[in-house]
Amino acid sequence: MLTTHALVLAIMLFCLGLVGLLSRRNILYMLLSLEIMLNAASLAFIAGGSRWGQADGEIMFLFILTLAAAEVSVALGIVLQLSYRFQTLDADAFNEMKG
Amino acid sequence: MLRLLSLIPTLPLAGFLVLALFGGRFSRRQIAWVGCGSIGTAALITALVGADFLRVFPDRTSYHQTLWTWIDTSGMTVGVSWYLDALSLLMVAVVTGIGFLIHLYSVEYMSGDDGYARFFAYMNLFVTAMLTLVLADNLLLLYLGWEGVGLCSYLLIGFWYREPEYGAAAQKAFIVTRIGDTAFAVGLFILFTQLKSLSIQQVQTLAADAWPVGSNVAVIVAVLLLAGAVGKSAQLPLQVWLPDAMAGPTPVSALIHAATMVTAGVYLIARMHQLFALAPTVLEAVAVIGLLTLLLAACSALVQRDIKRVLAYSTMSQIGYMFLALGVGAWSAALFHFLTHSCFKALLFLAAGSVIHSLGHEQDIFRMGGLRRQLPLTFWTFLIGAAAMSGVPFITSGFYSKDWILWSAWSSPLSHRWIWFGALLGTLLTGLYSFRLIFRVFFGEVRTSPNGTPGVAMLVPLVVLAFFAVTVGFLELPRTLGDLSLFSQYLSHVLPPIETIPGMDESVEALVQIAVTCSALLGMGLAAVLFLPRASVADRLAGTSLGRTLAAFWQGGWGFDRMYDGVLVRPWLHLTRESGELLDRGYESLGVAAESFHVWLSRTQTGHVRWYAATVAVGALVLLGLFAM
Repeated sequence: MLTTHALVLAIMLFCLGLVGLLSRRNILYMLLSLEIMLNAASLAFIAGGSRWGQADGEIMFLFILTLAAAEVSVALGIVLQLSYRFQTLDADAFNEMKG
Repeated sequence: MLRLLSLIPTLPLAGFLVLALFGGRFSRRQIAWVGCGSIGTAALITALVGADFLRVFPDRTSYHQTLWTWIDTSGMTVGVSWYLDALSLLMVAVVTGIGFLIHLYSVEYMSGDDGYARFFAYMNLFVTAMLTLVLADNLLLLYLGWEGVGLCSYLLIGFWYREPEYGAAAQKAFIVTRIGDTAFAVGLFILFTQLKSLSIQQVQTLAADAWPVGSNVAVIVAVLLLAGAVGKSAQLPLQVWLPDAMAGPTPVSALIHAATMVTAGVYLIARMHQLFALAPTVLEAVAVIGLLTLLLAACSALVQRDIKRVLAYSTMSQIGYMFLALGVGAWSAALFHFLTHSCFKALLFLAAGSVIHSLGHEQDIFRMGGLRRQLPLTFWTFLIGAAAMSGVPFITSGFYSKDWILWSAWSSPLSHRWIWFGALLGTLLTGLYSFRLIFRVFFGEVRTSPNGTPGVAMLVPLVVLAFFAVTVGFLELPRTLGDLSLFSQYLSHVLPPIETIPGMDESVEALVQIAVTCSALLGMGLAAVLFLPRASVADRLAGTSLGRTLAAFWQGGWGFDRMYDGVLVRPWLHLTRESGELLDRGYESLGVAAESFHVWLSRTQTGHVRWYAATVAVGALVLLGLFAM
């Protein structure tokens, strides 16, 4: 029962994040949405781990946490560079690399 | 001592590697020592191994040595392993012994050439490949050697690569023999898929158990192997490459295109005799091919102007005799003729080389003459070689081997009378063209004076080979003349005995011998009548219109080159030119399609990161949907 609730919450969080990622134009908010999606995935792992009584879920959560921290540190560096170069945070403005 | 066997092919290989890697830094003396020494040592080891083998010979008839496993996959194990028996020992002895003499000869013959190290490197590689061919225990290793000698033949025919026509001759030799080799490979595939083995001994016992005599599979495999042998041994219809192969240096012609490589086909058929025995029709075809080749080549040899081309055609003709002998089931007679032929033909080529060398690379016999006094030793050795080739009775080896073949062609149940008559005509032609060479080159008036005489390194091989060209025949004497059967006893553990029709006694044999002798002597006498007088009869004959057409036809090798050019080469070139447009359009449309697909795909590359995120999300959904289904 608890698992179902947790999974529903995870799906909702994931969709929220996805919609945010696709609709927001400010790159900082896009990063925020990405974090929400990562947390949704972690929640699903935790739920799975508690459902089967396995430590794997928690281990994956730790991995995702590490990954998110690394990702944020890199992404924030890129955001800094972008705002410095383009004087804006609008993601649609950074469209110079097209085919 | 037998364990030294693996050194025999290894030493020439080491010689090749040393010369190929460091040949440029060596002095000529060092190159000669390495190139000659490796073969000389191999010949010495062959003598040791041979002595050890013969010491316990009738009790142990074969020796097997596995060095390592070459290929080991499911269902197929091929080892690098040698198989020594009476047949392969004979071949190894000829390859290393005559090979050494020819290398020694080359030390002086090639001394003025820029590619000295390259020459000896190729020659050593050739000897390695040839030894692999004859010592191989399985057909795949044999095929490796088979292709190796083909490669070396190509490299050495095109040795003087600055002449475009020499390069063309090399390519011709390579491509024409490749036709036979491909058939050979297909034959091996069939053998392996049918019998699951490639070991030469095993495959034949399996074949004899599995296939009845005259069964389709046996015939197909035998035909394919025969095609390989025909290509390598320059028999009809793949004989066109050998005359052009004379573009190579003369020692190459002596070693590869007379004594060893071109007889590989004979070796192959003798080696696989149990398989050929399962296909009597193919065996008959072998005899007919041999007969046709020996007559056609003998006629062509009569009218050539180039001394080496005469010898090339005579080689084809003599190998025709060997094929004929194999075809009538006279296995050991074929091998005996191989032995005598490799002695006297190597001798003839080396003597011809000594003439060419002394005359400053003159090869046209119509510009030679009267060299008997200037080059006495060359004359005498050439005379011995020519006498052996035409079968001067009692004293030359060629007489005994050819007589044996003719006697088998008469007395074998597999033979026909007309085969014997054809072969008899061949002996007449052999005498005619051999002594035409003698009379043209060494008699008559002097046309070109030699500038110098050959030195010791060239004369020693001539004398040694002349000695063998005479004496090697005494290993096997017919019943009517001494009755000695050393050679056939030696080979009797490998090859089946020659069958004879009942009622063929000594008196019949004597009659056949008299016929052969008369025919050969008639040929030589005819040559003396035709070519010896100053205003020679032959010139008058060649002047008539019939004589001119016939001479031109024979000189071009019976129009085979022109026929292949017209039937195969030209239509093929035409076809490629015509269909080229169409094919090109097909490939161009492929390019156009790729380009438009690229334009369409590159439009999705918008540069908007949110668009990418959306496509990733949709893609993930699609994949999930696919997995859910």
